[in-house]
Amino acid sequence: MHIDDTDRRILRQLLADPGLATAELAERAGVTAATCWRRLERLAEAGILKGQHAVIDWRRLGWAVEVSLRFTLDKTHPRAFDEFLAAARDVPEVIEIQTFLGRVDVRLNVIARDMGHYQHIYRDRILTLPHIADIESLMLVSTIKDTGSLPL
Amino acid sequence: MIDLDDTDRAILRALVADATRSAGAIGRALGLSQPAAWRRIRRLEAAGILAGRRVDLDAERLGFGVTVFLGVKLATKGRVGLEDFERAVAAIPEVQVVQHVLGLYDYRLRVSARDLADFERVLRRRIMTLPGIGNVEANVLLGEERRPGPLG
Repeated sequence: MHIDDTDRRILRQLLADPGLATAELAERAGVTAATCWRRLERLAEAGILKGQHAVIDWRRLGWAVEVSLRFTLDKTHPRAFDEFLAAARDVPEVIEIQTFLGRVDVRLNVIARDMGHYQHIYRDRILTLPHIADIESLMLVSTIKDTGSLPL
Repeated sequence: MIDLDDTDRAILRALVADATRSAGAIGRALGLSQPAAWRRIRRLEAAGILAGRRVDLDAERLGFGVTVFLGVKLATKGRVGLEDFERAVAAIPEVQVVQHVLGLYDYRLRVSARDLADFERVLRRRIMTLPGIGNVEANVLLGEERRPGPLG
């Protein structure tokens, strides 16, 4: 599917304010509501626009600690990735899983209620994950920027 | 902090899966009236627990084929140094996420680029010229998944 400037204009406005009604989005993108609706349908059908998800602020729910855990896996084991990822999905406090090409193989974003709780999760649920060769942790202090936007 | 019951948690799960669902549709799925579902959603928003929504895009098909995470160590520290760095890095359009962290690095950045050549351009011209920048480690994202988290 070819994406033109009109699509990009609509997507830019949608990324900036995902909650907009189609009529308002059309106005901001400078197209008619009918065009806007048709373009959104087309982008969705092509699988480019996959939907929207709500963002939860875990700190507001009492999950005050967030740690980025970076793993190097023992790659001599052929199923290291699959088995590690399957086990990580079973830990409810893991809110994000990413795989990488680089010095780090996998990153898990883990939340906890406080440091005591984190220590408990780390010892009982994280260190017991299979095929870990090395772990580094980065504790989140603050988020300065977080946008789902792209420089379209 | 507000207390959540099972219905609130079910609403959060439903909106994390699909934020475009109306209060009426969510109410029907959970056996609530539209006004009752609407009131609960409003309460979760007012408490800051529902912190907005995100558009899910196939970034690759929009021409952004490469996402790189950078671990950044600052060469110069001190309050002024941090503020200058944060202001400058947050202004780079290709930088989607800036997080201040404790550990091996001082900052975590998520950078979106068209391809590896484009990433190299962003790295050389925009990242390596940032005030106070020191050591930088790059890991190329292969895949990522969001998990529902501890919502019961």
